[in-house]
Amino acid sequence: MLAVPATLALALVVLPVVGLLVRSDLTRLPSLIVSPSSWHALRLSLITAALSTLACVLLGVPLAVVLARARFRGVRLLRSIVLLPLVLPPVVGGLALLYLLGRKGFLGMLITTLTGESVPFTTTAVVIAQTFVAMPFLVVSLEGALRGAGDRYEQVAATLGARPWTVFRRVTLPLLLPALGSGVVLSFARALGEFGATITFAGSLEDVTRTLPLEVYTQAEVDIDSAVALSLLLIVVAVIVIALARPRSWEGGLR
Amino acid sequence: MKKLALAVAAVALFAGACSSSDEPSTQSGGASASAPAPKGSGDAGTGTLTVFAAASLTESFTALGKAFETSHPGVTVKFSFAGSSGLVQQLTNGAKADVFASADQANMDKAVQGGVIDGQPTVFATNKLAIAVAPGNPKGIKTFADLNKPGLTVVVCAPQVPCGSATKKVEQSTGVTLKPKSEEQDVKQVLNKVQSGDADAGLVYVTDATSAAGKVDKVDFPEASGAINNYPIAVVKGGQAALAKEFDDFVLGTEGKTELGKVGFGPAQ
Repeated sequence: MLAVPATLALALVVLPVVGLLVRSDLTRLPSLIVSPSSWHALRLSLITAALSTLACVLLGVPLAVVLARARFRGVRLLRSIVLLPLVLPPVVGGLALLYLLGRKGFLGMLITTLTGESVPFTTTAVVIAQTFVAMPFLVVSLEGALRGAGDRYEQVAATLGARPWTVFRRVTLPLLLPALGSGVVLSFARALGEFGATITFAGSLEDVTRTLPLEVYTQAEVDIDSAVALSLLLIVVAVIVIALARPRSWEGGLR
Repeated sequence: MKKLALAVAAVALFAGACSSSDEPSTQSGGASASAPAPKGSGDAGTGTLTVFAAASLTESFTALGKAFETSHPGVTVKFSFAGSSGLVQQLTNGAKADVFASADQANMDKAVQGGVIDGQPTVFATNKLAIAVAPGNPKGIKTFADLNKPGLTVVVCAPQVPCGSATKKVEQSTGVTLKPKSEEQDVKQVLNKVQSGDADAGLVYVTDATSAAGKVDKVDFPEASGAINNYPIAVVKGGQAALAKEFDDFVLGTEGKTELGKVGFGPAQ
């Protein structure tokens, strides 16, 4: 009974990719992909996605722990707020970031006054936009795992005399590793595919802010064949990322 | 299994991101969707006329559509405003429309080559670039060369889109090479960046700067005349040919000229 909807679901994911493959001229593919602007875009995408995944981990892990363990009032509301970037159209997220960190935004004005620099139109803006949209994926994976595992081990460690930081480092983190793995993969993939928030907040300039999805969009204006080729490149990169990272996330995942 | 599900979800996300960057409105695939168009009854034509028009025509064509409905009782005009190249892609992929108005000759040529145009396109208006700056022009930008003043944040259209190719043309004719902070995907994005205050100046069409009067100031520069954009209009194959032709004539006629002139379009040359 489940086979029919399951097949349909799989077809919904796979068939569009097949559509791209059918439309693309495979013999011309290498020549379409090998252009300086494609490589700049690919390099920029990989660097920014890696940086924003790092930012997601550094900020998202503590947030997930707080959300899963905290007992204060309003924590449920906080949980919903953290999910906001998941439901928000990325363009809206980009506009929100622009009105916060742009030259006329209150935080942006402060930054410009203090440093003389402005955030929009920089690679930093790309990383911020990607972190904004990708972090919920990490937080959700981790928080689920944390709440599923409970805090018995941590309590035991504490009664045995471990300080909070030791408990976090020696008990909480190791417990989290499998979920962290899948969370990292998801946020990296989301960051790599980020489009709407980036183009709205960071703009689009080769080698500075034009990531691979933005390059696909720009190329689609003039040469749909090369846009299709770049889309395939993007898919290949995504599949490689998932394939490489999957074993790590399976490790110890079978409880 | 949960991990596998997550991995699949990641691929799905990815595919979503790719397709969304392609074009916003998806059409139900090609040939299978080309069911017979709902024909209006009789030659005069009643029913719905679907017009695909370049984004820069939003204000003028919306007004013209209303006027056309008034003079043609029983007719409803529906618009899809988007970047010209996106509209061509939709048309060649089987989207149904009766009229196509492009912001440049190149995209109309693509539509003709794609076999979706009936008859010959006619140029109905021209447009040229202007500099959009914050109200009151606080940075004192008066000429095209002023855009290269140090410390200015300038935003332009990507060379792949019509306003960007016009920008390139002006750069070549003046010998002034701009160092933009961003090459936006369409002219309205450039305008937005100037309106939000994140760019000091942006190169947009005269018509966009005119439509946004009050939010931006328009600085005209003589070199813009060297990069005039022609706007062609044509009847789309497989639609309501008679009614579509009437709409084209309406745009080319006095009422069309008046509405288009209001937002700063030049006459066809």
